[in-house]
Amino acid sequence: MKNSEAAENEGLLVRRIKNGTVIDHIEPGEALNVVKILGITGTTQEALSIATNVPSRNMGKKDIVKLNNRELSKEEVDRIALISPHATINIIRNFKVFEKKGVEIPTLIEGVVRCPNPGCISNTHEPIRSKFAVRANGLHCTYCDWVISGDIPSHII
Amino acid sequence: MRHIISISDFDREGIDSLLDNAAQFDGKSCNARALDKKILAVLFFEPSTRTRLSFESAIARLGGTSLSVGSVEACSMAKGETLADTIRVVSGYADAIVLRHPKEGAARLAAEFSTVPVINAGDGAGQHPSQTLLDLYTIRQSMPIDGIDIALVGDLRYGRTAHSLASALSLYNARLHTVCPKGLELPETLSARLEEQGMEIIVHDNITEVIPEVDVLYVTRIQRERFPDSASYFNVASSYRITPELLESAQERLIVLHPLPRVDEIDPRVDASPHARYFEQSRNGVPVRMAMLMQVMQ
Repeated sequence: MKNSEAAENEGLLVRRIKNGTVIDHIEPGEALNVVKILGITGTTQEALSIATNVPSRNMGKKDIVKLNNRELSKEEVDRIALISPHATINIIRNFKVFEKKGVEIPTLIEGVVRCPNPGCISNTHEPIRSKFAVRANGLHCTYCDWVISGDIPSHII
Repeated sequence: MRHIISISDFDREGIDSLLDNAAQFDGKSCNARALDKKILAVLFFEPSTRTRLSFESAIARLGGTSLSVGSVEACSMAKGETLADTIRVVSGYADAIVLRHPKEGAARLAAEFSTVPVINAGDGAGQHPSQTLLDLYTIRQSMPIDGIDIALVGDLRYGRTAHSLASALSLYNARLHTVCPKGLELPETLSARLEEQGMEIIVHDNITEVIPEVDVLYVTRIQRERFPDSASYFNVASSYRITPELLESAQERLIVLHPLPRVDEIDPRVDASPHARYFEQSRNGVPVRMAMLMQVMQ
């Protein structure tokens, strides 16, 4: 994305942040799921800005999420790849892009989605987090082998 | 440390080598003290006759001893203890744990918390690797497993033994025939996976047409609770019943297997037929489980 485009698109929608993380190029309509998959809830202390269906030259429309004063770790951002594989992550320090990276689909995700199998041990009071292997045809529960092949957001914990 | 959780943890070589070892125990040429002073914890949180007794028999024949809790009601799980805690505690009392549990994935969880090897003896509708190994062992006693035609008959949707056996047979180039009531077909995810692995699956409408085509008839129980009423159950179940008359069209080498317990699926008159192998299959549980115990405990 060109800087001028970003400025034009975001100017009135979302202010620049001094420090934190900007998640750009999110598939349009997926911003709230991105926030959910990152485990950011209403109790989060930091300022959070969400812009959806922002015009984008390359994507037509896109969503943007800005998170003040928190730099997301690689493990956190890679979860985003499950629902928005083209998202880009900008780590911002003192208003400048300190680091820019894409998201990579992780091989294993823990504690992010719930196993839809009611008979799975991960849906009991055992002291474990759900665990899914990410494969070409979907997410495989490592406990019961159940496969989630679509609509991942609806399974996010 | 080696756990045995799922048949999919084995490759073809691993299965063959375990079955070879089982054959040695079957021939009584084994060292009866190979697991001397070793202790096996037998944790069964669901009813079982064959699996439990054959594991206890297997450890006893190898010179070891077994510990078990009498029933679910008599153990700490009834007080609300997590399986993770039970496993951590029992790990300290035994050299290996055999676990049966109603929840799928329970054995996988147990392996995460245990400091000794865990063998899965059935986790809900999930995996039951020792059953699959003894099924393969029984087939191998009668014929080479490679390239066989096998029919799975009965409840193929919920029957975990049929699922695991089908997965294992995909390593042996077997051709799968299925015969089951409507609504109890193999789960789509499983048949898609098997076909991806190159297995040919042929779906049949009735039991009569499949008999002359196969080398192995693997019969599973159709559970009454899958049907709205007794009448529709009996109606469906009777059309999948194996009788001596039905077996008249069978090839000479056909064998009939059943993981047992059977209810009405196999006419008792079939027991005397040269095709019947289900009681031998059940007996084979001991040498196969001896080989499994040796693999993880020695």
